[in-house]
Amino acid sequence: MAAASQLFRVALGRKFGRISIPTLTCQNCCQSLLSCTSANHTYSFDQRWQSRGYRTSSVWHTYYLTPPQVNGILKANEYSFKVPEFDGKNLSSIMGFDSNQLPANAPIEDRRSAATCLQTRGMLYGVFDGHAGCACAQALSERLFYYIAVSLLPHKTLVDMENAVENGRALHPVLQWHKHPNDYFSKEASQLYFSSLRTYWQELLDLSVPGEQPDVAEALVSAFKRLDNDISLEAQVGDPNAFLHYWVLRVAFSGATACVAHIDGNELSLANTGDGRAVLGVQEPDGSFSALTLTNDHSAQNESEVHRLRSEHPRSEAKTVVKQDRLLGLLMPFRAFGDVKFKWSIELQRRVLESGPDQLHENEHAKFIPPNYHTPPYLTAEPEITRHRLRPQDRFLVLGSDGLWETLHRQEVVRIVGEHLTGVHQQQPVSVGGFKVTLGQMQGLLQERKARISSTFEDQNSATHLIRHAVGNNEFGMVDHERLSKMLSLPEELARMYRDDITIIIVQFNPHVIGGQ
Amino acid sequence: MRSGAWTVRALSPVLLPRWLYDSGARSGHLSLQRSVRFVSTESPPTALPAHARVVICGGGIVGTSVAYHLAKLGWTEIVLLEQGRLGAGTTRFCAGIVSVAKPLSIESKMADYSNSLYERLEEETGIKTGFVRTGSLCLAQNQDRLLSLKRLASRLKLLGVSCNIIKPKDVAGLHPLVNIHDLVGALHLPGDSVVSPPDVNHALAVAAAGYGVQIHEHTSVNHVVVMKGHVTAVETDRGSIECEYFVNCAGQWAYELGQSSEVKVSVPLHGCEHFYLLTKPLSEPLHPESPVVIDMDGRIYTRAWQGGILSGGFEKNPKPIFTEGRNQLEIQNMQEDWDHFEPMLSALLRRMPSLEACEIQQLVNCPESFTPDMRCLMGETPGIYGYFVLAGMNSSGLSFAGGAGKYLAEWITYGYPSASVWPLDIKRFGNLQSSRTFLRHRVMEVMPLLYELKVPRWDFQTGRQLRTSPLYDRLDTQGARWMEKHGFERAKFFVPPGKDLLALDQSKTFYKPDWFDIVGAEVKCCKEAVCVIDMSSFTKFELTSSGDEALLLLQRLCANDLDVPVGHIVHTGMLNERGGYENDCSVVHLSKNSFFIISPTDQQVHCWSWIKKHMPNDPQLHLEDVSWKYTALNLIGPRAMDVLSELSYVSMTPEHFPSMFCKEMSVGYANGIRVMSMTHTGEPGFMLYIPIEYALHVYNEVMSVGQKYGIRNAGYYALRSLRIEKFFAFWGQDLDSFTTPLECGREFRVKFDKDTDFLGRDVLLRQRAEGASRRFIMLVLEDHDTELDIWPWWGEPIYRNGNLVGVTTSSAYSYTLQRHVCLGFVSPTNSDGKLAVVTPDFINRGDYEVDIAGQRFPAKAKLYPFSSLFAQQKRRKDDMELSNFQSK
Repeated sequence: MAAASQLFRVALGRKFGRISIPTLTCQNCCQSLLSCTSANHTYSFDQRWQSRGYRTSSVWHTYYLTPPQVNGILKANEYSFKVPEFDGKNLSSIMGFDSNQLPANAPIEDRRSAATCLQTRGMLYGVFDGHAGCACAQALSERLFYYIAVSLLPHKTLVDMENAVENGRALHPVLQWHKHPNDYFSKEASQLYFSSLRTYWQELLDLSVPGEQPDVAEALVSAFKRLDNDISLEAQVGDPNAFLHYWVLRVAFSGATACVAHIDGNELSLANTGDGRAVLGVQEPDGSFSALTLTNDHSAQNESEVHRLRSEHPRSEAKTVVKQDRLLGLLMPFRAFGDVKFKWSIELQRRVLESGPDQLHENEHAKFIPPNYHTPPYLTAEPEITRHRLRPQDRFLVLGSDGLWETLHRQEVVRIVGEHLTGVHQQQPVSVGGFKVTLGQMQGLLQERKARISSTFEDQNSATHLIRHAVGNNEFGMVDHERLSKMLSLPEELARMYRDDITIIIVQFNPHVIGGQ
Repeated sequence: MRSGAWTVRALSPVLLPRWLYDSGARSGHLSLQRSVRFVSTESPPTALPAHARVVICGGGIVGTSVAYHLAKLGWTEIVLLEQGRLGAGTTRFCAGIVSVAKPLSIESKMADYSNSLYERLEEETGIKTGFVRTGSLCLAQNQDRLLSLKRLASRLKLLGVSCNIIKPKDVAGLHPLVNIHDLVGALHLPGDSVVSPPDVNHALAVAAAGYGVQIHEHTSVNHVVVMKGHVTAVETDRGSIECEYFVNCAGQWAYELGQSSEVKVSVPLHGCEHFYLLTKPLSEPLHPESPVVIDMDGRIYTRAWQGGILSGGFEKNPKPIFTEGRNQLEIQNMQEDWDHFEPMLSALLRRMPSLEACEIQQLVNCPESFTPDMRCLMGETPGIYGYFVLAGMNSSGLSFAGGAGKYLAEWITYGYPSASVWPLDIKRFGNLQSSRTFLRHRVMEVMPLLYELKVPRWDFQTGRQLRTSPLYDRLDTQGARWMEKHGFERAKFFVPPGKDLLALDQSKTFYKPDWFDIVGAEVKCCKEAVCVIDMSSFTKFELTSSGDEALLLLQRLCANDLDVPVGHIVHTGMLNERGGYENDCSVVHLSKNSFFIISPTDQQVHCWSWIKKHMPNDPQLHLEDVSWKYTALNLIGPRAMDVLSELSYVSMTPEHFPSMFCKEMSVGYANGIRVMSMTHTGEPGFMLYIPIEYALHVYNEVMSVGQKYGIRNAGYYALRSLRIEKFFAFWGQDLDSFTTPLECGREFRVKFDKDTDFLGRDVLLRQRAEGASRRFIMLVLEDHDTELDIWPWWGEPIYRNGNLVGVTTSSAYSYTLQRHVCLGFVSPTNSDGKLAVVTPDFINRGDYEVDIAGQRFPAKAKLYPFSSLFAQQKRRKDDMELSNFQSK
């Protein structure tokens, strides 16, 4: 029995901290920047490591959650958007999208964004996985799409925008955001962000040629690099407002990966920095679904990335650049936004910290210099671009943070989503074959299968459904309410041991439009 | 195709590899059967004989049993054809439980015979049949189930089957694995057994071959040749065989085989997938003599199997199969379906929790065939002489095969079996039950029903509203609650406005039912004012001739004298040669040479074929089924004559329209209504036979004119109460082909005083001289609390002075007597155990008791009804007050 051979998976995989150094302060200050009082609320690496021992002990003080409570937790962050129909017909290649997040860190360090470009065609989706705090991911979720949208604008539109700002006229909005109420924008930094963005489009104005349409791939690369550059510059320059000054430093000293999709008609472009992943759900002629991975992870598992890193630094550093599957033995993703500790020279870091606000002095993490730090920068935000021409059999795209991919195999992800979207359950019939199966085991398995079918109907949102599986799957690949209840009622300090933040965006394509084009 | 034939010479045990019952490990599909060779391959296929007396199609346990019993009765030239291998169909996968716990007494009787047959088969043939007398346990998880088991136990005691109601802790003593914590009791049947079905099949085949039956495998029947209504030959893929009799024992394929015949034969059955589980031996192997456990509330059965267990069940959501006939794709897809089996697995683990650690051997998928009413199909088909059917075993094929094979062999030999098998007679169905859609829907209800708790008077829910009266909608909106008979919807009672309808539909009880007061009010109205009952479902034939052929035919068929003036109605039985009732009907002498015959609803096919069988092939004689042409309204009650006379401007008083007459007259605007002064209940009133296009008009007129007389609708439950309190017997329930008019007090309806010969006359004359040893009596329950005591329904044993003397056949609460009235048969026995003649003293001087679910209630036995119940009516002299046969 194939299902029985699956091992019991615990989300705590090979890693449980993206950065295995003391994390930046104040993990709960993102939602409300002003209520950041417990600044010294830190966890030492060692404490965390030791707490791993809890995993095997069964003395958890878990509380049994009822199915409605479980649903309440799972659905707290779910969001769905349907592309409006025109005259009863959906003319877009996208039917809509489902997204959801499940926190493991408190507060969650993942962010997500979705928006429609208004001045050009196309929609943007992004999943941002923060580490060492949520500041960088938060900044990306607010800013990156503006950078991309602006990079895509033709010369004439840029001229119009600049004129409008110059003359104090109202700007035509560039993006229409599709946000869950929990996805917030910071008001304090908006002026700063805007001026950086304006500087960027002014430069684009100078560089672009009238009548020429920017290339999507180039625009994505340019936007990614420019935003990371701006984050870095803003931290170096500082801000007279002490609060803002502290904020830009936190953005720069924390880090985030980004996995962004731009979809315009049949054209799917992906820009990936870090270990987020985009997988396409392809429906086979027999109705089953197979997975097509469109991005490469930037981590130690990717040999070309290891090779790239080693080639960018002197031979003497070959052993230290990638150590214990981490960048300089510290960082999991090999590409990221922020993380200036891996980009700036030691002198620059010291200077910025000394001139920075007082809070920074008490921060052990910020003062910490990575070992073997000889030839910075070690880290880049330059994305890897993938382009894919959508085919009618491409039914949906799953963008997920690594919290999803390390619990579920991509094939499983695509099957679960595919079956949820099509409403068809292609559960393989159970067969005993020659295996030794007891009646008790079989009963357990069959009851799980029954529960799986009923759980599908509980979830309107396919991302929620996927999370339910990611967290609640038992050894048979079936949602087990007891397990789900245990996983969701873990105390905050333990949750991170068993799972990572999970963020998922599932974009559903419109095969009729795609086939017609 | 290779074919093999069995002959006596080929039957040396060495050539017969033992037929292992290992449906497990190797194959789960019909297509993957292990081949078992009977004849060495080098021998050329034995040619089919050109002629045979009987050809049996189907080499499963049913077919071989028929062959075996025919041969035992001395038949020669019997050929058994099997399309594949012997016992390769359902027989091979059958669970092998022989249990007498069946819903009908006749079924229990067949199972009891099968049980003893299988036991002695090993001795007779020297072939091991795996027979083990394990006994069986029917568990009850609730009091209602226990009651139904107690009623079953009472019935089985009548057949002489030993059985006991036991306590849960006794269950634990009998079976080591059963969890008894949720049980309230059980029925222990120590005589039940398990066998290896393929081995029994094999033994039967060997025994039959020993008696000279020729068995040909790999021979398919293409169709049956029929000439002038008689079977003449069977066409097979290997040539044709001339024969006199053909027996369709094709199991799953019996329907298709019937349809492929030149004259189509309706064999209403449909397959469903059936699953059971085999486990590997338990760590401590289960003793082979551990009793079979039947947990109907959990929908499962379990037996010991090779140290492990075999367990299957009848799930709520069966999977019908082969709706469009044999289908290779469906056969291939017939695999283990664990998800489907989950409820039964859970029920099993709940019943035997220690099995959790037991390993699975296999889940077997074995299709079973089911019939529209949960009973098997047996007997001669209505249209074709010599075409017999035995199929549709409703997954009790093994239990029934022995007994059913015996009865069918007797049927073919003597023209009738040695017991009354009307409930199983294929003639209870007609073409109208042949729709595949109907069968598919109905069997999905039937299969779960096998283990469902059945309370008295349950009705099928599927396959309904097929035949309806034109008044159906009118009655339905007035609150009618419906039951179905032979596809026809009949009102049970009418729910008055404002009653909780939903609760009524759900009432399920062995005690006082919810409709008690509703029916009481309808009965009261019949007694004091007037009620209308739509009785359109009755079977109605018209027999006409140019000369007196019709009269001559009826005089021969009917026991009563039909030589009456035009306009007279005669209640009469149609008897068989043994003097038993084949039909009980009312015959109206319409005109000089035409008669109108009114029979019970389910007689439509049976009565037709009975008359046809005895009708000379005379073009002057014409029989027509006019059931569909007339709507029948029964106006019951003292004010019925007022309503009718107001509508027809004709005086309807007994002086002008005495009882048991028929006149064509106008009612309202409608002319040509046949008005008959009888009600089938003994109450005053009229039956109106209305051409259907006038039905609504007449009904509306009757209802509006009847308003001032307090008219209301009534249903069959009221009718039933009225007829039972007046001691009217009921064909199909009280009367059967083994009951003579003398035994049910209807001597006055037999034309003994005339010299005219009629079927059964000799037997009746002899019985009149010798005296009957069986008598239909009426028992009025005393000391029975209608509110609190369990009600009698039917099938309850009757005790006289503590001795078992008979059984009830029907019962009802009499609202007039305010007592329960049971009708039933008693037969005295001498001290030597032989049947004795019934004397009035036997009835009148004895302390009678009725055993209801194990509790005995004293009853007063009566030979004659209470004359006070009959309203004063002017009656025809030759018709005594005991008018009537009754509705179905």
